[in-house]
This record gives sequence, C-alpha cells and structure tokens, in this order.
Amino acid sequence: MSEPILEVRNLTVHFYTYAGIVKAIEDVSFDVYKGETFALVGETGCGKSVTSRALTQLIESPGRIVRGSVIYHSDKGSVDLLKLNEEEIREIRGSEIAYIFQDPHSSLDPLYTVGYQIAEGMEVHGRVKSIKEGIQKAVDILRSVLIPDPESRVKNYPHELSGGMKQRVVIGTGIANSPKILIADEPTTALDVTVQAQILELIDDLRKKYNATVILITHNLGVVAETADRVAVMYAGKIAEIGSVEQIFKNPLHPYTKGLLKAVPNPMTKVERLDAIPGTVPNLITPPGGCRFHPRCPFAMEICKKKVPELKEIEDGHFVACHLY
Amino acid sequence: MEPVIQVKHLKKYFPIKGLFFTKGHVKAVDDISFEIYKGETFGLVGESGCGKTTTGRTILRLIEPTAGEIIFEGKNVMKFSKEEMKEFRRKAQIMFQDPYSSLNPRQTVFDIIMEPVKFHGIEVDDPEEFVVKLLESVGLNEMHLYRYPHEFSGGQRQRIALARLMALKPQFIVLDEPTSALDVSVQANILNTLKDLQSEYGFTYLFISHDLGVVKYMSHRIGVMYLGKLVEIGPSDRIFENPLHPYTQMLLSAIPVPDPELAQELKAKRKMVKGEPPSPINPPTGCRFHPRCPFAKEICKKEEPPLVKVEENHYVACWLYAKS
Repeated sequence: MSEPILEVRNLTVHFYTYAGIVKAIEDVSFDVYKGETFALVGETGCGKSVTSRALTQLIESPGRIVRGSVIYHSDKGSVDLLKLNEEEIREIRGSEIAYIFQDPHSSLDPLYTVGYQIAEGMEVHGRVKSIKEGIQKAVDILRSVLIPDPESRVKNYPHELSGGMKQRVVIGTGIANSPKILIADEPTTALDVTVQAQILELIDDLRKKYNATVILITHNLGVVAETADRVAVMYAGKIAEIGSVEQIFKNPLHPYTKGLLKAVPNPMTKVERLDAIPGTVPNLITPPGGCRFHPRCPFAMEICKKKVPELKEIEDGHFVACHLY
Repeated sequence: MEPVIQVKHLKKYFPIKGLFFTKGHVKAVDDISFEIYKGETFGLVGESGCGKTTTGRTILRLIEPTAGEIIFEGKNVMKFSKEEMKEFRRKAQIMFQDPYSSLNPRQTVFDIIMEPVKFHGIEVDDPEEFVVKLLESVGLNEMHLYRYPHEFSGGQRQRIALARLMALKPQFIVLDEPTSALDVSVQANILNTLKDLQSEYGFTYLFISHDLGVVKYMSHRIGVMYLGKLVEIGPSDRIFENPLHPYTQMLLSAIPVPDPELAQELKAKRKMVKGEPPSPINPPTGCRFHPRCPFAKEICKKEEPPLVKVEENHYVACWLYAKS
C-alpha cells in the first residue's frame, strides 16, 4: 500500500480568459498509492476536475499547465507525465490511465454501437488486431461490468440503454485496456441513488479484480466515506487537508473540512440544526490573499490574510494546510 | 389539525404523440392521495421520473391534472372562479430548482420582487423599505436592491426567489428541489433560512427532493414515490427508523452516509439494491415495484396493493402488510 504510483508536485493550472487569469489550481501536491482508492473532494469550482484532467495533460485552451510535475511509476520505470509530448501521453492516456466522466449520455457516441466504442479504444492502443476482434472481446467486458445478456447488448446503440447501463458501458471502455489507474470524475452524479450504489460497488470490485488504482472525484461526502481509502479535501484551487478516511471523518483538522462535514445532513442521525459555512466560494480570478478560506473561517487570524499556509503533517499520513497547526 | 391542502386520487397522464394518433400515455402521477397540515413540511422523495415534480406542479395547477381533486383550505381548486384562482395564485407559491432560469436577467432585484406585488394589487406604503425588509428576512440587504441577477451566486439567487414569493404573504409553498443546484456549504444556509421563516410565519411546505438526508432534515412527514405512486407515507422519524415498503428500505440502504464506520455496516445490507426504475409508459402490472422487489409474491404481479395503516400515521402500499 505504501508504494506510490503517482507523485503530484506543485501542479498549477491557469485559464487565460477575457475576464482575467483564473487560477484554477495552485501548487497542488499529493501522492496516490498503488491499489488504493484516492478521493478528491470539494465543492463546485474547487479545482478537483481540473486536477484530475491535468494529470494526463487533458487541459484545453485557454487553460495551461503552468508548472508542476506528475511522476508516474509504471512497470517500465518512472516518467514525468507533464514532460511527455502529445504522442507519448496518448499512449498512456486511455491505456494505462483511463477516465470515466460524469455524464454517460455525452461520453458515448450516439452513432456507433457500444461494442464498437469499446473495441475502438482497444484497437487504437494495439490490444486487438482489428475492430472485429475487439467487438468479440467487448462481450466479455460488458459481462464484467454486469450488463445482462452482453451478446445482444454489444450491438445496441447508446439510446437503447438506460442511464445506469450507459455508465456501465463507459466503465467498460475505461477498463478495456486494463488500466493501472482509473480516474472516475463524478461517475455517479448523473444517476439515481439506487443506481449509484450499484455503480460504486462495480468500480470497487473492478479495482480489486484488476489490481488497479482508483482516483475518485466527487462532491458527495457520503460516497467518499464509503469507497475511499484516502481523501484530499480541496478548496478554491488548493488542497486543504489530506488523510485517511478515518482521519478526515473522525478527526478533521481544517476548519473547512469541519464545516463541510457539519453542513451535510446525515440521513441516519437526528440533526436539529445544520451548521452552515457563511459566505460563498471565492472567485478564482482574484482569490483572497493568504489562506483562501480566511474570509469564511471562524478561526481566522492576522497571519491567515497574509501568508499562504503550507501542508504540514500533523499525525501519520494526515496533512493540513492551516495556520492553526 | 386542519389540512391546508388535500390531494384526492390525483392523476396526471402525459400523451405521447405519434404521427396521427396518440401512441400512449406517460403515467407520471397515478392516483395519489395525501394531505398537508398547517405549518408542517411534507417531504416528497423519490428517484428521477417518479412523478414528484409533476405532483408539485399539478397541485398548483401549473399543469392541469388528468383526474382527481385538490382541496385548498376546504375548497376545490379545480372549481375555482377566475377571482378565486387569482387569490389562490397569491396564497400558493412555488420555488424552483434552478436559480439561473427562474429570475428575469433584465430586471433588478427591486423590480423582480415588486412585479408580483403590483400584479396582485397589494398596497405598499414605501416600496423600497418593503423590499429591503424582505431582503433582510432572507439574509440579503439594501446593498443588493438595484443589482441584476447575474451579479449574484446561486445561493443568493435562491434567496431572491424566496424574497419574491414572500412578498405575497403566501400560506402554502411548494419547494421543488430548492437546493439541488447548490453546493453543500450553501445548501445548509438556505435550508436553515427556510426553517426559520416557517417558524416565524407559519408557512406550510411541500418539500420535493431526491436527497433523503435533506428531506429528513426538513420534513415532519414524508411520502415516498415510485413510478407515479405513493408507496409509503409516515412521520419523518418512523420512515427512517422503521421503513416498511421494500422500496423505501432499498432507497435507505442505497444512500451513501458521510460516516466511514456506518458506511461499512450499510454496505453489507446493500445486497438487495438491484435494477433500475422501469419506464412509466408501460409500468409493470400489479405492484409497480415487483420486478425489483426481493419479497415479490404471486399477488404482487397481478393486483395493485392498497395503502394500509400499519401504525399511527404510517401508511404503506405493499402486499406484505395488506390482506388480499
């Protein structure tokens, strides 16, 4: 477990828009260990999706990766993914590092059968010699993502499937090349709770089966508590806290993490009144100076307005970026 | 306690138009009955497509029902005269899910709030002071008076929508997923404001949401919907402590809980979660849940279960509890 597969250091992405430079993420650093489920959690606009996309240079204009490194330790040795050229990164993306996006309706091409779409990814990466062979393999893949009657489903077009089934197909395209790392960006947000539970279980089963590493991006703390081994909490483009699931939920250190946990109504306990975090998420063109959370923080001090807090290890594996510690 | 709203055998079928003929109907709401008492929050939960939003809109006659009665303060809404209908439009309000499309982008906050006031001919001495007071009651202030919607965040826009409907001094408010478009830290703020306003002004709420945690936090009583049917109605605590309908049980076991220890416990129970809701065009016969139900019997396939009382105020439509 303690062997890192990804080491992300000082990852910074800016978007150059007419309104100004949006500092989407700044100096984001974390490690992801082999075989674990690592969750990136935060609210809209905190930079969790940008972070996950920047890992394989999936940032489109007007965005740019300004600095940082993403060291990927594969069986063939270690490389900095951000130093690779377009050709080289494409060999890794989709093959060793695969993505599952939020909306299954737009991740699939409506003009091709689901079997073709799974086969295409395999053919491009040279896993199969022809599309025909790929479609035969797609049957097994559809079976492994628990789609009933895969022999006939492989010939279906996306519109013939329900939302949950589509997301299973998208997961199928993701795992078709047995990736080492599966990046799931809000994989269940577009789905109903009963379907969500089934999809999360499927991702976890596949992680065990293929001995893969999962990076899960979500805004839902319930999903994190259930599926993740370790968690990074992001706020306004920065990492606020990193720790194991137990550390984050039982002993949250950052005032933002504490606030977030208290703001979610837990359906299993009786809540008299929710503690809300005052204010709203800041604009990232002109983020607050110092700690970006200070205007909303109940414990803000003078130093918080001036100095950006560094990530500090408080207990084993539990890091927090806050001047209180 | 007197009911503010009574819904009796409400049905709403949407026709599916073919080239020449109607091909069939989407039975969005199919024969549901419930009542909401003064000052309470009635929560309506269910997955997408279960008919909860259609129910909310049909009650307000924003959509005309196919059949059934809606009784508001003892009178049948379907038989209202033009005058009575205008009065009903003032007393019964709705707050929509999407704060980006529910405010006119070309109007200032002042105009947005004053428009319905003028329409209903409500006398206001000092309009500016009147609007400022409303803004303050929802956590905004004077500063925001002459700004446009695009200058506000999603949470603030929902507050403007809330101030707008409060200007009419309504009695009954349908809250249709009012926080689904918002982040959790902002959601908590809005939910607390809604609760405070209810205790101050005695509002009656119909709270529609797919988020069980939020519904539990807000509601006194809860109705669970599945494919256009109400499958269970009961006090909020009892629904969560003692869910009777297998669908309610499945729904509860499927929610991810923000507590790692509890989550592992729940995961073990989750074995029963399977399948997806079928299409409401051709819903399954008998009990609509039977194809996904782990306890389905012969009768479930053939006959629709009636809503039966199991304990005080707690009703369920399931053959496990009813006698055939």
